[in-house]
Amino acid sequence: MTDDILSPDQKLTPAKPKPSRAAAVSVQDLTRTFGDFVAVDHVSFDVARGEIFGFLGANGAGKTTTIKMLTGLLAPTSGTGTVDGLDIVRRRKTIRTRIGYMSQRFSLYDELKVRENLSFFGGVYGLSRSRVAQRVADLEEMLNLSALMGRMTGSLPPGNKQRLALACAILHEPSILFLDEPTGAVDPIARRYFWDLISELAGTGTTVFVTTHYMDEAEYCHRLSIMYAGRIVEISSPADIKQKYNMTSVEDVFIHLVDR
Amino acid sequence: MSHSRLTPLVHKEFIHIFRDRRSLAILFIMPVLMMFVFGYAIDMDVKNIRLGICDLSRTPQSRALIRSVAASPYFAVKVRYTDPRQTEDLFASRAIRAAIIIPRNLVRHLSGAGNPAVAVIADGTDANTATLAQNYLESLLRQQALAAGTGTLPVTVKTRILYNPDMISSHFVVPGIVALLLIMIGALLTSVTIAREKETGTMEQILVSPIQPHEVVLGKAIPYLVLAFGIAVFIIGFGCVWFSVPMLGSWTYLMTACLVYLSTALAIGLLISTLVATQQVAMMLSLVTTLLPSVMLSGFVFPVASMPLPLRVISQVIPATHFLVIIRGIMLKGNGPAELWPSVLAMLAVGVLFISVAIRRFRLKL
Repeated sequence: MTDDILSPDQKLTPAKPKPSRAAAVSVQDLTRTFGDFVAVDHVSFDVARGEIFGFLGANGAGKTTTIKMLTGLLAPTSGTGTVDGLDIVRRRKTIRTRIGYMSQRFSLYDELKVRENLSFFGGVYGLSRSRVAQRVADLEEMLNLSALMGRMTGSLPPGNKQRLALACAILHEPSILFLDEPTGAVDPIARRYFWDLISELAGTGTTVFVTTHYMDEAEYCHRLSIMYAGRIVEISSPADIKQKYNMTSVEDVFIHLVDR
Repeated sequence: MSHSRLTPLVHKEFIHIFRDRRSLAILFIMPVLMMFVFGYAIDMDVKNIRLGICDLSRTPQSRALIRSVAASPYFAVKVRYTDPRQTEDLFASRAIRAAIIIPRNLVRHLSGAGNPAVAVIADGTDANTATLAQNYLESLLRQQALAAGTGTLPVTVKTRILYNPDMISSHFVVPGIVALLLIMIGALLTSVTIAREKETGTMEQILVSPIQPHEVVLGKAIPYLVLAFGIAVFIIGFGCVWFSVPMLGSWTYLMTACLVYLSTALAIGLLISTLVATQQVAMMLSLVTTLLPSVMLSGFVFPVASMPLPLRVISQVIPATHFLVIIRGIMLKGNGPAELWPSVLAMLAVGVLFISVAIRRFRLKL
């Protein structure tokens, strides 16, 4: 909340992949307060289709609150926004059919088998039985889940749970995927593998909106926004950001911006 | 579309219910245990009260009187003593809970000279037992007096107890336990399962999907209503078989009433789940909000009619109050809708109240 933080109206460098036709995500002055506490403070940004958009910030910076507003779990106090061209307040029912969401907790049913979790989430998204079977077969291969299908979900190691959670989130082929600190509980190898999958997904046209506080992961993103105390203090591509501040890593920039 | 989304929810819930064998077993065993505890412990008939007898008369008449008292299942003659001054020590040492002192001049009194007075003394620390002991002894003594041809009362009272002529407590208590258990189990199951989904984050995961709030509610309600209904049939059947509680009325009416009652219980569980974040708090809150009022204020033990007005008003919004009238009416009196409609309407009203408040709050939380 110090004065030397960049105010959101300071115009920042433009996005790398230009926001085509309708942006995948677009918000203007999005604000959310909890009592006196301003969790998200007049945030504005656009995310282009097919972009991997990284949302960086320390704990409590407002990342999760922003994601919750975009996914319709939380109503904004003020400001507007669209997801897939649809208003986040009025059209949230429709938005829900077009987005995938994976939380940091890998929210799966531990007492269900891997296969049962997949068919459950397929059913929840209204996919037909045959469609679920086909998608599960595709994802089994893509995410290397075949050997796990009969296992009880609760018995899986975190890396496998993470892949299963991702599979459940993209079963219905969402056009935008929201990932809230998706690599929090897994080891570096699983993280690397996971980011390869994310890049692959983005390559097929899925927009990925991801929050993280791992700075090495930031390098995988097409564009980054750095959030501090509810505000976006920097937004640009990793390369532009490093150049602008004349630093060698995103981590240095992040610390420079946040820890002054 | 909406129908096909409900199916996976219901299916998933049944997998949960049947895969967790241990919890399922507990759900059926716990009511049986509770029924044993309540069914036997809340025995309003008092048996084997420890009795002391001080016979100063030592006549055939007094011995006849003692024999008849000793033959009663309500008393166990523990001490016979000869000095009335011992009485207080016997009570103090808890050797006896009641005493009879037969005066020296009993026979003289019986033959017409004065009133034949026999002292009956009871331990008032347990007022219930004391009153019962006193009543039993008085009626026994009165019978004796009548048999001896004296002490005739101007009016003879003949009591006839309807519907439960033998005054068997369990016939009164078991339907009450059913009412208690069903409201508790219904609320507990629902609140804990929803709280668990909140704890693990799966509720949030479902809420970002196109699922509608009413589908979430029905997806929980249908499986747990089926489960709770199964438990209801089981424990009522158990009460009928083990405690020989009669079933004079129609099973159909009773089961219909159970469904309405259980729906109300589930709504209470849903309401609780909107107030709490963890399974533990959900469990505590469910037990306190269902058991306490249902035991104290529903007429389970204490008659509603003898409560002060504010409590009587409160008792009307407790679902168990109405269900108790219905289940006792159907099982013990053979009542049908013709006699029970006021309670059925009241239970429906309370049910609709809870269900609508619960759904309103649940939607609000989303």
